[in-house]
Amino acid sequence: MATFLGINLFGLFGQLLVGLINGSFYALLSLGLAIIFGLLKIINFAQGAMYMLGAFAAWMALNYLGINYWLALILVPLAVGAAGILMERLLIRPIAKEDHLYSLLLTFGIALMLQGMFTHVFGSSGMAYAIPEALQGGIKLPFMYLPTYRAWIVVASILVCGATWWMIEKTRLGAYLRAGTENAQLMQAFGINVPLMVTLTFGFGVGLAGFAGVMAAPVYSVSPDMGSNLLIIVFAIVVIGGMGSIGGAILTGLGMGIVEGLTKYFYPEASSTVIFLVMVIVLLLKPAGLFGKEA
Amino acid sequence: MNTSIFTHSKLNLVLLLLALVAPFVLYPVFLMKVLCFALFACAFNLLLGFAGLLSFGHAVFLGTGGYVTGYLMINTGITPELGILAGTVAAGLIGALYGKLAVRREGIYFAMVTLALAQLAFFFYLQAPFTGGEDGLQGVPRGHLFGVIDLSDNLQMYFFVLAIFLFGFWLIQRTVHSPFGQVLKAIRENEPRAISLGYNVNDYKWVAFIISAALAGLAGSTKTLVFQLASLTDVHWHMSGEVVLMTLVGGMGTLFGPLVGAAAIVTIQNYLSGGELGNYIHIIMGAIFVICVLAFRNGIVGQFRKVLKQNF
Repeated sequence: MATFLGINLFGLFGQLLVGLINGSFYALLSLGLAIIFGLLKIINFAQGAMYMLGAFAAWMALNYLGINYWLALILVPLAVGAAGILMERLLIRPIAKEDHLYSLLLTFGIALMLQGMFTHVFGSSGMAYAIPEALQGGIKLPFMYLPTYRAWIVVASILVCGATWWMIEKTRLGAYLRAGTENAQLMQAFGINVPLMVTLTFGFGVGLAGFAGVMAAPVYSVSPDMGSNLLIIVFAIVVIGGMGSIGGAILTGLGMGIVEGLTKYFYPEASSTVIFLVMVIVLLLKPAGLFGKEA
Repeated sequence: MNTSIFTHSKLNLVLLLLALVAPFVLYPVFLMKVLCFALFACAFNLLLGFAGLLSFGHAVFLGTGGYVTGYLMINTGITPELGILAGTVAAGLIGALYGKLAVRREGIYFAMVTLALAQLAFFFYLQAPFTGGEDGLQGVPRGHLFGVIDLSDNLQMYFFVLAIFLFGFWLIQRTVHSPFGQVLKAIRENEPRAISLGYNVNDYKWVAFIISAALAGLAGSTKTLVFQLASLTDVHWHMSGEVVLMTLVGGMGTLFGPLVGAAAIVTIQNYLSGGELGNYIHIIMGAIFVICVLAFRNGIVGQFRKVLKQNF
């Protein structure tokens, strides 16, 4: 067994990989939250439920319709995004002018309903989703065994996050989005259809959660409460990073996953709480968050 | 102003009379549950309704009060009033710590910080040896009040709970109508202005947070004695959501709203869990949330007041 300075490298790299996988999901979800927050100034409490919806949609697509993983990876985010668009138009839009705390409560209610419905239909015990054939097995590296699907999660998430970052920071469409974040009224005056942009942004942000859900289905068990547990951690990550920067949301998500993985190796008792403790430290030292603007 | 105080005291009197008669008509344990949740919601509303701070982690104070009281009652044999006092103080101390951190952020971030801190406490209680983990603390003795009055009798327990609730409710009323409460309202309405008037806004929020946390702890301690149980349910984020819902349904920013809201939600839950609809409980709670936010933001008491104002 490979050891270095008394550290079991096999175990350490294993936990680092688990951390990186969790971090991929944190990054995808906090990225979606940050995009939505940027333009709508609301926090989507249903983001976790949409992630759960994505996982269940993949499971149902496979078991009821025979739609395989690869097709689901494209179709499910679109479907979840469409659900998000409906939600924005029908429920969030009417109260857009009220205090933003109301939209938080509204999306919380939606999350409760979705979680309740899936618990009612499928029970709370979780279901398995097989890893697609092409990604089964793994590679034996000198210091660890790397399952292919897990490597795929990390690579695919980083690609999607990177593409989103590029789209927002480097393209014309992204420039509109950033301008809308700064001053939506002025954008409207320039002839940009801001309400449409808001709807599509919400759909995209929610679609990212749906994508994360499909990715998660083969590694975590597909269960109704998979989203709520994850979302609270993502909230802490959003507080740590601050929602001012797209790149910041991605980096904080991945970074916190790694921190969690390291904690699981060195002090497993604290692994479920370490991210919250980091949040406390950040609140004490830099209340606006690592990438946030001073409020 | 005079008339509103007059009607308030009249309303107080009517409600007090109802509360005194109620245990002879309705099941006392149900009434005690309503009173505990009403106190919890009133404490929560002090923050949301009067300081404009949405805490999404108030379950941690309810649960802390419950665990501390439960642990002491089981293991030390102290009298119930001391057990409740200890639970309240413990919740207040955690409130002081959490509040200090949470008031560093505003608005939506405040809600996320409180939720995350509460989850931290949840995991702590899940792993800590003295909470009984998933089983919780069962068979908490109610004991003898001041060593004399036997609280295992439901009717005597009821009047003890009623006294606690009245104390808490009175304290909140006093706080809201005090100069301190006026400053809180000023902060809610226009924070930059309150700052420019020279108020140390964060300190005001912090003190309000501590009072709210301690009273939520008082509710939790009392609830543990009533049900003789302290469990993880009370520190779960579902519970934090429930108290938001109670306040929203009753009417946030009104004194009686949380009381009405708690009574309504507890009644609905009791009704649902008894019948075939028990499986739908979370769906229905979520639906009530959505409907309230979309169409009924004033809540029952707020709406009632509005109609009263328009017609008289």
